[in-house]
Amino acid sequence: MTSEAHKSHSPVCDSCPVHHAANLLKLGVNMTDWDFVVALAGNPNTGKSTVFNALTGLRQHTGNWPGKTVTRAEGGFDFGGHRYKLVDLPGTYSLLATTMDEEIARNFILFGRPDVTVAVVDATRLERNLNLVLQVLEITDRVVICLNLMDEAQRHGLQIDHRRLARDLGVPVVPTIARYGEGLDQLLQAITDIATGFSVSKPHRIQHLTPALQRAVSQLTAQIESHYPRLPNARWVALRLLDGDQRIAQAIQRGELSTLSSGTEDQPVVDRSL
Amino acid sequence: MEKRRETTAEDILQTAKALRWEIGGNIHEKLVEAIYTDAAQIADRTVTRQGVRPHFDLDHSIDHLVTSRIWGFPILLLLFTLVFWITISGANVPSRIIGSFLIDTIYPALSDGAANIGLPWWLSGLLIDGMYLATAWVFSVMLPPMAIFFPLFTLLEDFGYLPRVAFNLDKIFKKCGAHGKQALSMMMGFGCNAAGVIATRIIDSPRERLIAIITNNFALCNGRWPTQILIATIFIGTLVPTHLAGLISALSVVSIALLGVMLTFIVSWFLSKTWLKGEVSTFSLELPPYRPPRILQTIYTSIIDRTIFVLWRAVIFALPAGAVIWLSTNVHVGGLSIAQHLINFLDPIGLLLGLNGVILLAYIVAIPANEIVIPTVLMLTVMVAGLQGIGAGAGVMFELESAIGTLDILNAGGWTLLTAVNLMLFSLIHNPCSTTIYTIYKETGSWKWTIVATLLPLGLGFTTTYLVAQIWRAVAFVL
Repeated sequence: MTSEAHKSHSPVCDSCPVHHAANLLKLGVNMTDWDFVVALAGNPNTGKSTVFNALTGLRQHTGNWPGKTVTRAEGGFDFGGHRYKLVDLPGTYSLLATTMDEEIARNFILFGRPDVTVAVVDATRLERNLNLVLQVLEITDRVVICLNLMDEAQRHGLQIDHRRLARDLGVPVVPTIARYGEGLDQLLQAITDIATGFSVSKPHRIQHLTPALQRAVSQLTAQIESHYPRLPNARWVALRLLDGDQRIAQAIQRGELSTLSSGTEDQPVVDRSL
Repeated sequence: MEKRRETTAEDILQTAKALRWEIGGNIHEKLVEAIYTDAAQIADRTVTRQGVRPHFDLDHSIDHLVTSRIWGFPILLLLFTLVFWITISGANVPSRIIGSFLIDTIYPALSDGAANIGLPWWLSGLLIDGMYLATAWVFSVMLPPMAIFFPLFTLLEDFGYLPRVAFNLDKIFKKCGAHGKQALSMMMGFGCNAAGVIATRIIDSPRERLIAIITNNFALCNGRWPTQILIATIFIGTLVPTHLAGLISALSVVSIALLGVMLTFIVSWFLSKTWLKGEVSTFSLELPPYRPPRILQTIYTSIIDRTIFVLWRAVIFALPAGAVIWLSTNVHVGGLSIAQHLINFLDPIGLLLGLNGVILLAYIVAIPANEIVIPTVLMLTVMVAGLQGIGAGAGVMFELESAIGTLDILNAGGWTLLTAVNLMLFSLIHNPCSTTIYTIYKETGSWKWTIVATLLPLGLGFTTTYLVAQIWRAVAFVL
């Protein structure tokens, strides 16, 4: 999408089902009785807090530097008749949980089981941002990519084939300029489609594993799946166990994963490890 | 059933362990490599660069300059001096207007009104001479500099300059045995120390995080900038010819802020050599792209988020503080007011430190919020130092038409240049406000470190002001 396309929209746009800005009701911190939980993940300084503020009407302090959000911020919005709780996760480069903020983000996506995870991606640094996206896709398939900072990508002479990206990643990709509110309608629609199950994604799986690692993953995944038949991310759990992730091993011992796979609506155990 | 599940969970872990041995080598590295390869492949397929690279990369040229070894620090000094110079010269006129309106017009009107409707003297004293006056001072003294300073500072932040400052400081932090990311939490501390303490969560090693928490207080916070700016304007600015006043005041505020940064380094170094010894971790700091600041939006949010926030906090604490101050100056025990007793008690200590009893009392009153130090000092000085006129509704009326009016009050309270300099030093180096102390406790979970973080700067502040006072007096004696 070029920025001209959404800078000036014709009257036709207003009748288009995508143009739903009028349907967005910013609920601020009023988050009672939500229908869906949406998590915002992404690298530091990609504009997560800007997206968060634009959708919730809150004014969480945004700053142009990495590491600004160190805690989870929560807010709410109402769109198309559904109430959403939006959780702004700390920005991280990875979810391998080597630092506290990575662990907060990882635990929320894994144990908090948001209905949709929006991965906010810096369009000017796509390759590095994808490292995180690929990890998110291993944990959950309910993902929308918010390809943000499209104006800066253009300024740097970068052209991004977002349709190709969506096909490669197997999840919806929405180009946005969150600072100026562009593309947020489409983002909201994509979130709704995933949340309500209207669109189903087929996420990319990490491919370039060594043959030995690949075999080990298959074997362990099979075993995990046989014990937790409804676990959505058995392959990822296998990868984490092979990597020696103590927190995940602990989760298996304590039976936390069986709670996940049984699909009961328990309160998220996010803060247990903090 | 429960038993069966446990054995199977154990099975999975056993298999994982066996497979880990089987694969051998560094599995983590292999996994990360696989992710990187996938990401590179996808990015390669989807991103194309249009034509040649844009004419020349402005971001890189700016970065080259502002993070250069030679120019980095001079540019930093220049920018900050400029910010304070604009603040100080810009705040003068509005301060005068607000002050003369709230204190010279509204205040007598309120007093007359209260007398006309026959309000008992103690009630009008409590409400008007206590609570109203304290709040009026908060507005006239603090609002104009804050309304100019915070938007400017936020613009620098929005533009992306602060991470460059952090980048410049990173090396020094490492030399002090602290984590380079401490530069970022310190930058947050320049806004609010409680926020700065929370921001230390980006530091993973507990040792380095503690250092960052304990030293965060040396970053001048929102509540203390106005004190610095005001005292610099009325005491140091007035020492030089008018056309230089703004610049010299700005430079003195910058020096205090820099002294804070230097103390951060010194104390970090000291802690890492004594109680908090250990390895220095490395990390990579990403310089965010420069983004054209959204000027109107920045001004709006910084006024709402910072200016109104700080002002509101000051008002909330100024109202009860005003009442307490009025009561303590009007309730007499054994012929003297309570405030006078306290000040008499604190005066010898204060004088030893080159301060006075009023300032020390004000710092005790202002433990909940540094914002109200100056209003408290002014009220106590007016009410105690024989300037009863302004509170009694009769007799001498103060002309608070400008910052110079404030100077008159303080001069009447026996202030000298030494008092002003030491107040600026003490404002930088003393215990954190109660919100920050509570945050430190919540973050560290340890009373011991909370007490260290509270008393260490206080002790350092006493030592510094004491030494400055002794040297100052010795020099003055010789001259």
